[in-house]
Formats: sequence, structure tokens, C-alpha cells
Amino acid sequence: MIFGLEFPTIDHLVEWPSFWGDGEWHTLNKIGLSALIATATTLGIYFIAASKAKTRLVPSGVQTIAEVGIEFIDNGIIDQTMGEEGRGWNPFLLSIFSFVLITNMFEIIPGWQMPGNARMAFPALLAIVVWLAFIGTGIKHQGPGYFKNAIIPPGVPGALLPLVALIEFVSTFLVRPFSLAVRLFANMLAGHILLVTFVVLCESLWTLEWFAVFLPLPFIMLVLLTGFELMVAFLQAYIFTILAAVYIGSSMHADH
Amino acid sequence: MELLAQIAGEDQIAFGEAVSAGFAYGLAAIGPGIGIGYLVGQSVQAMARQPEAAGMVRTTMFLGIAFTEALALIGFVVFILLKFA
Repeated sequence: MIFGLEFPTIDHLVEWPSFWGDGEWHTLNKIGLSALIATATTLGIYFIAASKAKTRLVPSGVQTIAEVGIEFIDNGIIDQTMGEEGRGWNPFLLSIFSFVLITNMFEIIPGWQMPGNARMAFPALLAIVVWLAFIGTGIKHQGPGYFKNAIIPPGVPGALLPLVALIEFVSTFLVRPFSLAVRLFANMLAGHILLVTFVVLCESLWTLEWFAVFLPLPFIMLVLLTGFELMVAFLQAYIFTILAAVYIGSSMHADH
Repeated sequence: MELLAQIAGEDQIAFGEAVSAGFAYGLAAIGPGIGIGYLVGQSVQAMARQPEAAGMVRTTMFLGIAFTEALALIGFVVFILLKFA
């Protein structure tokens, strides 16, 4: 209860009933469906574009979208963070970017209004995948010495070494995946709650007789915030991808 | 304070949770607020002084915002946990 408004509980905002088979392995709800749609859309766009690119050099239709996506990852993310040698990571980063972007977009699609990433499961899984990817890259490029290079920065005086090694270990192997997941999750959840707050405000003004004259105020705010959330959805997908690129790029070479 | 004590008498735990949830998020927002403001301000200055480096500055700026903002978001998660969990 805030100012006499009946605000829904958090379970009501983020937990959706299953379409079928509640509790079984094949169960599906709105959030699971959004993940399936995101995966299908991404695979669809890039496979169709790839099959068309064999016969046609000038892009059109779906192929344009695919090429814009690939060039965005190449120029906007890989060149800025990993350099030329990171070009091989394009498919990985592009998959993560597309998946996060499309599941985020469901936040503002009318009638759906639920960002898949507002549940911890998706960000946590993606963060674990990125975590495995950057540790794997480190071991591949530097051998087992990667762990030593990662937690012992060069040029640290001997007395400080245990402390620095502990801090580096925690920040590299524990805080990185945690903050990666929490950043995406909390941003989307906050956006979702923000939109819900203004919807609740609009709804209760509508039912309050003459107070309905104030209805345009929260409604205009709601429309503006929906635009803002469109930006946040894109920005969070971008930040998630660029951090994944930075982490993978940083484990390619030892600090010196 | 008497009013607070009166309310607290009814349901001390819920009261404590609500108050500390409010403080948790409020305090967590101060540092990142200052940090992001300073960071973006300096980045804009850098871009204005050297427009040809704007792309690089922007990427680094977003990275910095992401790291700074994480603290505020963890505060938000603590708020959710205290208030609803």
C-alpha cells in the first residue's frame, strides 16, 4: 500500500503460470516461450541470410539485418576491445547479443510486457557461459599458467602479494560472473517494476472519479518510460556483450 | 520517534525490513550517482576536445558506467530481497 494504491506483490509481477505440465521437464510459460522465440528468431535470421548470401552479393531483406548485426559486433565491440585476433569470437558474441536483445525487447511488446531477463535464470546461465569461455580462452592461450597470471599481477612487492592475489582471485573468478548476471537481471527487473508502477498509478486514477483528470500525467510518463526502456534493453544487451568481449580479450594475453 | 515506536510495535520485523530496504537502496544510489555523473561529464569533455577519439571514449565510457552502476544495482537487489523475500 503506497498512498492508498494497491501495489501487486513481486511474485505477481515476475512469476507466470505454466501453459501446461506444471513442474514437469517439458513445462513452458511466457518466459520460456520468449527464450524459444529469441533463439528461433536469431537462428532464422542468420541461417536464411547465410543461404541467400551464397547466390547473391548485394544484400536485401533479412540479409541486411544479418550484415548490420555482424558489422556492429565487429566494429562496435570486437575492434574496440579485443582487436583483430578476436574476430573469431564474432558468432559467439553475436548469439549472446541477439538473445539478450530479443528477450529484453519482450519488456515493451504490448500484450507480452515481460522481459525474460528479469528472471535470474537467463542472466545466470549466460554469465556462466561467458565465465567458462574466458577461463577456457585463458587456458588455451596461456596454458595452466593462466591462473597464475590472472591472480598475480606483475610488479607487486612480495609482502603485499597474498593480499593482492586474494583480491584478484575474488574479483576475476567470483565477482565477474556475479556482477555480469546481476547487472542484466537487476536492470530489467527495475525497468519492469518502473513500468508496472506507472500502470498501477494510471489504473487507480481511472477508477477514482474526478481524479481521472490527472490521468494524462502518469500516462505520458508511461509512454516516455517505455521509450526509455527500449533504450535500456538495447544498452544492456550491448554492455553484456562488450563485457563478455573484454573478459575474453583480457585472458588472451598475460598482463605485463 | 514516538510515532516510529508506535508503528514498530505492530510488526517490528516488517517495519525494520521496510526501513532498511529504503535506506539500502537510497545509500547504494549515492556513490554510483556521483560516479556516473563524473564519468560521463569527463567523457563528454574528452569527446569535445578530441572528436576523432569519440568512438573509443564512448566504448570505455559504457564500460565504466557498467562497472559503476553494478553497485547501485546490487543495492536494488538488496532492496528487493529485504522488502519481498
